[in-house]
Amino acid sequence: MAVEGVFRDHWGRVLATLVGMFRDIELAEDVAQEAFAIAAERWPRDGEPANPTAWLITTARNRAIDQIRRQQVLAEKTRLIAHELTAHLEPTMDEPTTFRDERLELIFTCCHPALSREAQVALTLRTLGGLSTEEIALAFLTPFDTMSKRLTRAKHKIRDARIPFAVPEDHQLPDRLAAVLVIVYLVFNEGWSDGRVDLAAEAIRLGRALVELMPDESETLGLLALMLLNDARRDARVSEGVLVPLDEQDRSLWNEQQILEGRELLGRAVARQSAGTYVIQAAIADLHLQQPRDWHQIAALYGTLAKRTGSPVVELNRAVAIAELDGPDAGLALLDTLALDTYRYYHSTRAEFLRRAGRTADARAAYARALDLAETDHEHQFLTRRLEELP
Amino acid sequence: MQYALLIYSTEESTPEERRVVEAGVAPVLARPYVSSWARLHAPETATTVRQQQGETLLTDGPFVDTKEFLGGLILIEVDNLDVALAVAAELQALRPSSAIEVRPVRDEVPGGG
Repeated sequence: MAVEGVFRDHWGRVLATLVGMFRDIELAEDVAQEAFAIAAERWPRDGEPANPTAWLITTARNRAIDQIRRQQVLAEKTRLIAHELTAHLEPTMDEPTTFRDERLELIFTCCHPALSREAQVALTLRTLGGLSTEEIALAFLTPFDTMSKRLTRAKHKIRDARIPFAVPEDHQLPDRLAAVLVIVYLVFNEGWSDGRVDLAAEAIRLGRALVELMPDESETLGLLALMLLNDARRDARVSEGVLVPLDEQDRSLWNEQQILEGRELLGRAVARQSAGTYVIQAAIADLHLQQPRDWHQIAALYGTLAKRTGSPVVELNRAVAIAELDGPDAGLALLDTLALDTYRYYHSTRAEFLRRAGRTADARAAYARALDLAETDHEHQFLTRRLEELP
Repeated sequence: MQYALLIYSTEESTPEERRVVEAGVAPVLARPYVSSWARLHAPETATTVRQQQGETLLTDGPFVDTKEFLGGLILIEVDNLDVALAVAAELQALRPSSAIEVRPVRDEVPGGG
């Protein structure tokens, strides 16, 4: 079941608290869905309760206790469910005014390094984002059964291997937070390159939750800023099915509000002493939005980022800035040092430099290679047009 | 929660390596969370029992004949997977070429009704 509209805002909160109570994601999902279904029926008729989140949690919790009771006979035999859990939990509608927000515990559980990357992504979208298994399968072009099994296996592993439902201790936090941010950014990029399910919006939603939960982490702020600044150009990136390079984009289509918000977050992130890789990337994204572009600063920041990450893709981006500053031959010289032969943007970038350097035949070959590797129709259209425009 | 740490090796250790590993492992085994442990003789000493056409068949050597072999196992009783993984990492570091599989142990009695 997909969680619709207003419910989406409650889903992650409700589910997290239930997982905290019962330490069983499947059970929590089950009863949360029941509670949402009851709400969908009652709220329009009787009005929304004063504290919708607490109402949903209480309703779901009571359902869970019923379910556990029904399984009690089995539970006693197999010792699967701890007795003390049911001993002091009585179904009740005495709504506590607040339940602790345990989304942070939940996201660290879902992004635990003992789970595969694919499982982490799917589980995060399911539990915190409230996406249905169908939606996640569609978003990643994975058969429904495969996705369903992946999610079930991950939930069982969390339960059976007892992956902790906790925010990691200080000495582990930087690594574990980095793993969470990787997942969110991966979801964002998956959503960006194609427009299937709105994964970019989903990633931004997750990013907002992280900022709300960890307002003092500069990388968390940096990641949200980065996503907002890049996503702000979403409507201008493709025109009539063809990719539009940044300099040719219609700036009136840029989301000004999102750019302002991204810059404000970036400012907050930079104010903290250590700039991590997301903060640097956000700063670069911001520089790209300014006209004329400050290629010196952009090249310098890509240089810092390349040193930090050792990523040849970052070097590729730096080559673009270098080509703007020192000409296409300087850019080509840098490209020649990179082992990115199977990366489509390597060849499209190289083709662009060769075109500018007047080496038409070489440019033609490079565009052809990029076309072979192109993954989306938009890229295909764009590269075909470039190829046709060669003299 | 009980976990089994299954310690795999890819090669026989030299006497010097063995000394380092043993010096490191001994204090770990003495910790209160270790419920039990076993060190296994080399895989060449194994005999595998299976069935062929209804008859018991014995073969000389381990069940799966791969480069990696099970060298020993340790059962530990700790709160959660993170603690178990930390113990495994500590042991693994004693011998860089080793790999440790961490498996949660079921607590139901088989056929326990």
